[in-house]
Amino acid sequence: MSAIASIVPLAFGALRRNRMRSLLTSLGVIIGVGALIVTVASGEGSKAVLEEQLATLGTNLLIVLPGSSTLGGVRGGPGTGKPLTHADLLAILKGASAARYAAPVDRTVVQVVLDNQNWLTTVYGSTPDFFAIREWAIARGRLFNGSESDSGAKVCVIGQTVAAQLFGASDPLGQIVRVKAMPCEVVGVLASKGQSSQGQDQDDLVVMPWKTYKSRMMSQSPLYVGSILVSAISPDDVSHAETQVTGILRQQHRQSDAELDDFTVRNLADLAATQEKSADAQAGMLLNVAAVSLLVGGIGIMNIMLVSVTERTREIGIRLAIGASENKVLLQFLVEAVVLSAAGGLIGIALGIGGSLALASAMGWPFVLTPFWIVIAFGISMAIGVIFGFYPARKAARMNPIDALRFE
Amino acid sequence: MAAEPIIQLAGITKTYQTGEVLVHALVDVDLTVAKGEMVAIMGPSGSGKSTLMNVIGCLDRPTKGSYRFEGREVATLQKSELSALRLSAFGFVFQGFQLIARTSALDNVALPLVYADVPIAERKQRAKEALGRVGLAGREAATAAQLSGGQQQRVAIARALVNRPRLILADEPTGALDTRTSVEVLVLLQSLHASGISIVLVTHEPDIAVYAERRLVVRDGRIVSDEKQTPQNAAADLTTMPEKAA
Repeated sequence: MSAIASIVPLAFGALRRNRMRSLLTSLGVIIGVGALIVTVASGEGSKAVLEEQLATLGTNLLIVLPGSSTLGGVRGGPGTGKPLTHADLLAILKGASAARYAAPVDRTVVQVVLDNQNWLTTVYGSTPDFFAIREWAIARGRLFNGSESDSGAKVCVIGQTVAAQLFGASDPLGQIVRVKAMPCEVVGVLASKGQSSQGQDQDDLVVMPWKTYKSRMMSQSPLYVGSILVSAISPDDVSHAETQVTGILRQQHRQSDAELDDFTVRNLADLAATQEKSADAQAGMLLNVAAVSLLVGGIGIMNIMLVSVTERTREIGIRLAIGASENKVLLQFLVEAVVLSAAGGLIGIALGIGGSLALASAMGWPFVLTPFWIVIAFGISMAIGVIFGFYPARKAARMNPIDALRFE
Repeated sequence: MAAEPIIQLAGITKTYQTGEVLVHALVDVDLTVAKGEMVAIMGPSGSGKSTLMNVIGCLDRPTKGSYRFEGREVATLQKSELSALRLSAFGFVFQGFQLIARTSALDNVALPLVYADVPIAERKQRAKEALGRVGLAGREAATAAQLSGGQQQRVAIARALVNRPRLILADEPTGALDTRTSVEVLVLLQSLHASGISIVLVTHEPDIAVYAERRLVVRDGRIVSDEKQTPQNAAADLTTMPEKAA
């Protein structure tokens, strides 16, 4: 221990004598570690954004879509096959114990009119469960309630975008808008959800009770349901709920074991996993870039250490001749290499954090960097010094002092 | 002589392979140096005197023969044992000073103590004392570039004596110095000798060899002459020399 303590200052002294070169030597590691930190931080930042966006869809969400038909080899999309029914919804509400909420969803794009203003938007028909599933709060006024939902009252809540487009600065509450041909009272304005992960404006909507939508606005019998949203009790129950819903619907549709499902249950966790996977793949690629620059940085250190060893041959000869053991000379040069790479690592971490902060504010990401990665980055830079410094250090230690002293 | 031997060489042979040619640098050399002796080794260049000094200083291992230092056989020691011996028992004064550039005189002198794991406070103290002993008190912070040749050689001598060696090996210590400065260096070596340290001095200048009490001549790898002599007093000679224009 005391040996190391007395050798380390020698290494620092040697580096101080060549400040500019020391800095340039570290540059490779500085860039590599900086790139590593930026990569990790931007990866974690964009992942946080992704998770936030997925959370706006509602957590623990299952989407049930009707089946598709296959006619003469041509497969239609959802809705072309057997439709979902209101009875299916009731069966899920009754039978799926792992589900907390289930709501029917029908929607259409129509013109909404207020006096001489009008706006094209998506009108949803659903039940109060819809807001619970989507975790959608009300900003002003109130949601429509269960009895309005059951009776098919002519009430609706509107999103922030619709409120701004139709009402501007005036108060929408209590006003009557015409949706398609139906007059409808605005009872509430929803809180803003912003853009979805696909860039859609989630606030551009009108939601009315499902029965109102079906019977009064669309003049259809309240029998078929476009899709059903189901929310599991907790994230752990999502797959259980999925199994239950699938079982209930198969029973409802009287499907035999041999038949494929005539409906689709989509799990948002799968969607999240897919998006996360693509984000991870990108991060992986950037990590490779960082790894290559670290490798180049390490080779740079080895290169300069070899030059330094050759240049300081006489100095090494002096040290060996006056009685420095090979181990101590090896240690000195190894410490020099490690100090170079570790200092480069520290500067790289600082620059990387600065770069990540700049990138995060430019991209509107949160700045996320776990200390774990800082420790890893520093550890890697130390390791680079040891690995790439060892060969030059051994070369110095194995010199013959007589030849080294005569070296010109 | 009754004095105990410090160096005993018996049948020392050193052969180098240079390409196809075998070079016999030392051939069957026998030599005994007593403790406290000051010996000058002379000879033309290529005679083998440097090789002889390297073998004595444990910088080089003989091809054949026995070398006992203070009674201990060292010809067969491992590299690490040899460096430990150099650190503890020898002081080296090399041709051309061989100071570490851009490093203060104090740090240069303290270097052997660093490798001997001496604590830093004691290191500084001893290095300072050694510099004082060679007449460089107050120049501790100066780097090699800021010192004259004679001063650099004094720093080198301070470095050689800082670890309290039993034997100082000086290879052409006056090689790059003018006459007066050379004699000044010899004054220092004679005073170290007077304090009981054995000294082996390699030189090709007869003017320098006169300050030793024994003179060896090496030619073609063999000791061809070995004479005791009454050494000239360097300090006395210095007083007869004109002062340098400062």
